[in-house]
Amino acid sequence: MTTLIINGETRQFDEIGTLDALIDTLALRGKRIAIEHNGEIVPRSQHAHTRLCDGDTLEVVVAVGGG
Amino acid sequence: MQDALTIAGKSYQSRLLVGTGKYRDFQQTADALDASGCEIVTVAIRRVNLGQTAGEPNLLDFLPKNRYTLLPNTAGCYSADDAVRTLRLARELLDDHRLVKLEVLGDPNNLYPNMRETLKAAETLVKEGFDVMVYTSDDPIAARELEQIGCCAIMPLASLIGSGMGILNPWNLQLIIEQANVPVLVDAGVGTASDAAIGMELGCDGVLMNTAIAAAQDPVRMARAMKLAVEAGREAHLAGRMPRRFYSATPSSPLEGVISSRKG
Repeated sequence: MTTLIINGETRQFDEIGTLDALIDTLALRGKRIAIEHNGEIVPRSQHAHTRLCDGDTLEVVVAVGGG
Repeated sequence: MQDALTIAGKSYQSRLLVGTGKYRDFQQTADALDASGCEIVTVAIRRVNLGQTAGEPNLLDFLPKNRYTLLPNTAGCYSADDAVRTLRLARELLDDHRLVKLEVLGDPNNLYPNMRETLKAAETLVKEGFDVMVYTSDDPIAARELEQIGCCAIMPLASLIGSGMGILNPWNLQLIIEQANVPVLVDAGVGTASDAAIGMELGCDGVLMNTAIAAAQDPVRMARAMKLAVEAGREAHLAGRMPRRFYSATPSSPLEGVISSRKG
């Protein structure tokens, strides 16, 4: 089991490899998102090369309506 | 381009900037933006809704990419660190986008800006290459410091965010306008079209609003009213108003030739 803290929520995954794989697991493929991994922005080009570890913290954001 | 508004090297024909929050739905958002004639629209950056996102429409799908310049904001951030992180995420989200609206709030009830954190965040963001349009109190000293840091537009509040109270301190706005060498835009507090016109007549370079349009009974119609008000206010500013005369009237029509039995 791998534990990740995503958007402040603790979530458990059977098996997690890269950030790119997590995007599929979370059904976020094709959405316009940006990701921060342990406080650092991960450019889209690096999603497939970013390995996730137990206890990692992620922020996944989208654009929403706002002033 | 005639009488363009230039921000961070890019020219815009419209001086009205519009927020995308609080509309009934994305279609109404799109219709209001269209009616406003705006070219810059603000968006907020928020955590994605995990779990129930499949098929959920996204705001960006309703905003034609080539028509609008997006202005991601830091609404809801109460520290320089959170604001900077939010805009780094926005830059990644919007493909190396540099134009941003910085706001760091200090109180959840009045949403007044925390100027110490705002100045701190502005310094970091400018160093990182962002073009920072900054929400500020209407304190001319803070405004000057933000300009010295390198912000590309100074955006003082007219009154509290979402209050619709209009322009409460035109004197301070004028102090800020007179000293600034970058565009000054009224951001927050506009309630109706006359507020926007007054802001522009004072010499503001533009007006940014959200609630005044979104919370109107007919947002699309109010968007059009705001477009006209900003244009009217700008024209009046450029035209130069007549001097005020206190305690004496001057007739507009000739004094001679009036049919009257009145003597002398």
